[in-house]
Amino acid sequence: MADSTMPVLQVQNLTVQLVGAPGEEERSVVEGISFDIHAGETLCVVGESGSGKSVTSFSVMGLLAPDALRPAAGRILLDGEDVLACSPERLRELRATRMSMVFQEPMTALNPVRTVGWQIDEVLRTHSALDAAARKRKILDMLESVRLPDVERIYHSYPHQLSGGQRQRIVICMALILNPKLLIADEPTTALDVTTQKQILALILELQRSHNTAVLFITHDFGVVAEIADRIAVMNRGRLVEVGSREDILARPKEAYTRMLVSSVPGLAPQARQAPEGEPVLVVDGLEKTYAERGFFKAKRTVHAVRDVSFTLRKKEIVGIVGESGSGKSTLARCIARLIDPSAGSVRLDGTEIATATKREFHPVRKRIQVVFQDPYRSLNARIRVGDSIVEGMRNFGVSEEEARARAVELLDIVGLGADTMDRYPHQFSGGQRQRICIARALALRPDILIADEAVSALDVSVQAQVLELIEDIRTRTDTAVLFITHDLRVAAQICNSIVVMKSGQIVEAGQAADVLTRPQDEYTRQLLDAAPGRHWDFKRFRPTQASPH
Amino acid sequence: MSSSIHSMPGVAASAPALRRRPRSALVRTLSSWPVMAALVMLAVIVLAAIAANLLGLADPMAINPMQRLKGFSAEHWFGTDAYGRDVLSRVVHGARVSLMIGAGTAVAALVPGLVLGVIAGYFRAADMVIMRIMDGIMSVPSILLAIALVAVTGASLLTVLIAIAVPEFPRVVRLVRGLILSLRDEPYVEAAISLGTPTHTLMMRHLVPNTLAPLIVQGTFIFASAMLSEAVMSFLGVGMPPEFPSWGNVIAEGRMYFQIKPGLILLPGLFLALTVLSVNMLGDAMRDALDPKMARRI
Repeated sequence: MADSTMPVLQVQNLTVQLVGAPGEEERSVVEGISFDIHAGETLCVVGESGSGKSVTSFSVMGLLAPDALRPAAGRILLDGEDVLACSPERLRELRATRMSMVFQEPMTALNPVRTVGWQIDEVLRTHSALDAAARKRKILDMLESVRLPDVERIYHSYPHQLSGGQRQRIVICMALILNPKLLIADEPTTALDVTTQKQILALILELQRSHNTAVLFITHDFGVVAEIADRIAVMNRGRLVEVGSREDILARPKEAYTRMLVSSVPGLAPQARQAPEGEPVLVVDGLEKTYAERGFFKAKRTVHAVRDVSFTLRKKEIVGIVGESGSGKSTLARCIARLIDPSAGSVRLDGTEIATATKREFHPVRKRIQVVFQDPYRSLNARIRVGDSIVEGMRNFGVSEEEARARAVELLDIVGLGADTMDRYPHQFSGGQRQRICIARALALRPDILIADEAVSALDVSVQAQVLELIEDIRTRTDTAVLFITHDLRVAAQICNSIVVMKSGQIVEAGQAADVLTRPQDEYTRQLLDAAPGRHWDFKRFRPTQASPH
Repeated sequence: MSSSIHSMPGVAASAPALRRRPRSALVRTLSSWPVMAALVMLAVIVLAAIAANLLGLADPMAINPMQRLKGFSAEHWFGTDAYGRDVLSRVVHGARVSLMIGAGTAVAALVPGLVLGVIAGYFRAADMVIMRIMDGIMSVPSILLAIALVAVTGASLLTVLIAIAVPEFPRVVRLVRGLILSLRDEPYVEAAISLGTPTHTLMMRHLVPNTLAPLIVQGTFIFASAMLSEAVMSFLGVGMPPEFPSWGNVIAEGRMYFQIKPGLILLPGLFLALTVLSVNMLGDAMRDALDPKMARRI
């Protein structure tokens, strides 16, 4: 019997190397990391993309792709047994009974052609001696304990019939049904909306308490960390920067990197800024977008993606449009940029109606509204040099090649990239750099309105902070107004003058950022604010949030 | 738990360091030994076909009744057929026909396929019309089309090429249309639209170049299957004119004497099999190199 004070998981001096072609130099993705997790404890591993946090969790599960990654040194002791030395059969046994994992994307973690009940049952069929009736009873109990409604119906449902949050509950149910000692959760709430995230985090904590499970929680989100961690391990470029209790890391970080990381987390408190007095450039009035869904046998059904939306954007103003997935915020942006045609309502740019303009009429207006998209990896054509991408818009509007290239270099300088960027290809840049390139490309046409559609959502916090600064800088330098679309209230609080909250295609609340964030009038806005993880912690000042001065 | 482990999308893909593909992926894939062997094989056959007249072989059409069905000899390495024609010479010259049919069909299917596919994928109104026509064309069996064409215009290289390419090209249209439909939703295409890029530039610059890799791969498969189709059609007598040396014809003529002279079928059959195998292997290798994501799945 293992000693009760012995950690459930001990990672000792783990090094994982990239398996290269023969003759190539071996590169370590994870180098010499060590940490312990005790029963009933939650260790959060935080780090930016590429820090090796996922590789660490996959090593513990024995899930490294053998043709790509290889543990080169160190030990991973689960209950005293070295996982790295286990046979594949033993690993399979351990994976179900001693440790289990919850992944980021609950849809791909489930088999789409089997009912979820069958899939949970599979775990029990393989790893327990229970008969069918006992297994079913156990599964229904477990489904109830992950707070799913109408468990009998859920048992017989297929994954696509459930919501994202419900699917993640199923995956958690599957992971915990054999009562493992260690639960590894790899960004389990990143794909979920904040309100769902809050429930899932609460669920994991509750189940952990009742089963005394050790939890290894991988995340990039410090809000989540502040919410659930007992201890925190900070990783950077494959190395462990610092391990400590939650208070140690969040309030008294020792390492410069940790300080930088923690202080880049945007706070929920709105920045003090006065409302811009400028002229309104964009007036949206009663905008609608409906999709007609037709079927051979079904009656025609219309889906209101955007319903009666009105707001005004002034010069030099940043208006945030905030909402969860499916709220219609992106559809709204695409209607304004005329990437899709609105169904009804009006959009006036400096008094010119653009919602009903024909393609030919809209063409000269196009350059005045530019968009920066979410995914920096897909926003640039991989086959075209960065310089040519930036020049493209100017060439379309009759600027000479020479002049356009000179301006492109100027723009790259504004976004903090050198002139040598012009002749390189997108794959040579990081996500943050690509997003800068996209911003430069959008600015090339000197737009009146910049639409940032979740433009910083895919970026790490430290890069996010830089890009937000850049957008703010551009706003003050030029007269550009920004329509900032985001699901993240923290980001909106940092940068927006006013905030529009959307739900199911409609505006539920709109007003000055400070008012919306500190004195929300609508129930839904309150829910959103309440669900924002880590709202009790002021990351910038390394201390708990002070009561708001209002 | 086990099901979620198995359905996990590529573990390696989660390690960001691995996402970058070495630039020499094409070179590396092509330099593995089976692919090299296929390349060498194909090079030999192509060179032989081009230089067939310079190899000092007998005239492939010269009939010599005195030399009927002779065995291996210094004069006729692989013997002679029922009309006394040199088998080796007929097979080497036959490579010309097969390769021309293969390459010709690939080009004849890819070019209109690309054009119509881009139009169907980009313009919603054209999509309906073009795709229904393609469905119609796909329903015509190539053998039936060949019989009809031969009956109307007589057997020739062009007839065979048309008979194989016509039922093949709607598949290319479908492929390109699908690619364009998914490319249209890419943010970089939307970005180009909001930069005011005119439609034709959008197609030539952002859409078409990104369909080329899968298209080239598809081309190699069309190449290989067209050579097989030619052989089948010639064998059935609806392909190349009978006096013409093509692998299908040589096999068709050898069929009668298979019991006494198996070489009449085996030699052209071997060439056909090796060429198709080489082209297919090359196609597979190119697919792996150009699209590493597909390589893991198929």
